[in-house]
Amino acid sequence: MTGAAAREADIAAIRDALGRFGRLSVSAGSVAPETDLYGVGFTSHAAVNVMLALEDAFDIEFPDELLTRATFGSIAALADAVSRTRAAA
Amino acid sequence: MTASIEEARRGFRERLLEAGVLVVLGEPGLYAKSGVFERVYRGVDALTETTLAHLGAEVLRFPPVEPLALFEKTDYIASFPQLTASLSVFTGGDLEHAELLTARAEGERWERFLEPAGVLMSPAVCHPVYALLTGTLPAGGRNFDVLGDSFRREPSEDPMRMQAFHMHEYVHVGTAVSALAHRDEGAPLMHALLESLGLEIDYVPANDPFFGRAGRMLAKNQITQSLKYEFVTPVYGDAHDPTAISSANYHETHFGQAFDIRDADGEVANSSCLAFGLERITLALFARHGTDLGSWPAGVRARLGADA
Ligand SMILES: [Zn+2]
Repeated sequence: MTGAAAREADIAAIRDALGRFGRLSVSAGSVAPETDLYGVGFTSHAAVNVMLALEDAFDIEFPDELLTRATFGSIAALADAVSRTRAAA
Repeated sequence: MTASIEEARRGFRERLLEAGVLVVLGEPGLYAKSGVFERVYRGVDALTETTLAHLGAEVLRFPPVEPLALFEKTDYIASFPQLTASLSVFTGGDLEHAELLTARAEGERWERFLEPAGVLMSPAVCHPVYALLTGTLPAGGRNFDVLGDSFRREPSEDPMRMQAFHMHEYVHVGTAVSALAHRDEGAPLMHALLESLGLEIDYVPANDPFFGRAGRMLAKNQITQSLKYEFVTPVYGDAHDPTAISSANYHETHFGQAFDIRDADGEVANSSCLAFGLERITLALFARHGTDLGSWPAGVRARLGADA
């Protein structure tokens, strides 16, 4: 897979996790990568469930320093966190 | 040489027991409270009411347990499994009763013959309020005065950490602006009340003891977003971390979302609570002024209505 295709696949998986666990006020499929998730109903508690779902889906464990509000602030930020975690593994 | 925190806690516990302020019940963190404890406790509780009387809060008193459906919505089990306690009850017939009694006669633990009742010990007295508010709030939101038992499963030799205790909370449910104002206008009044009793108080950002890895993330969020503040006082001297005796909490839309509460504009409601830890304040006063109530500063005793 090319880098761009891999990122698209990551974003699709992130949208899926957000759809199941994000409790967003809008459909996860309609959220742009840069949109502030907390502005569309995302909460700290929902973020925890999304984190666990992503770790499961990607078979990764986010390092503690990435377990912050900012990491979960947008789909793009989540995709960055996933690829950083994968690279460090 | 400074005593370790464990020694300091044991020492305070022994002073309280020797003076008859508390009586042990055979399980860490469970106590009977004596008359002198109760006099101070009632004085503290009355002061919380006069301090926040201007809120005109609606009074609600809850039982020490809550239904599973309510508990579920708060997400407590996701955040604090280590503190959770569920009630179990006997649902069997004669046969099961006989098995239980046989196990008991053989010196075994018999609680395994009980079934979960779908009722949990209330870990936070404000939770049942939100369950009553599903729907739309009036303009300006609503204020509540709630007092009740809390149970958190954390056995400890520290008398400041009881398993069963009481919180007197002043809850606001409304908009983000009104919920933050409730917290930030109430906090200085709480601060002044606690200081008026001779306590040395700091108001500091804090986090709840969320469980596990996910919990570290929630705790970090709570601090970076300034959601929770605690009123802390040096119960065990300046060499040790001070102890929280009250808190002021902004929940954002956590409960509004969980219980489908809307503000007057139809947005998901925000909430906040001002929480007095009644036993902790009472014990902090015994730590500060000694176990002999008669020798406390006259002004403090007068404030508490515990003069003669
Ligand atoms: Zn509360």
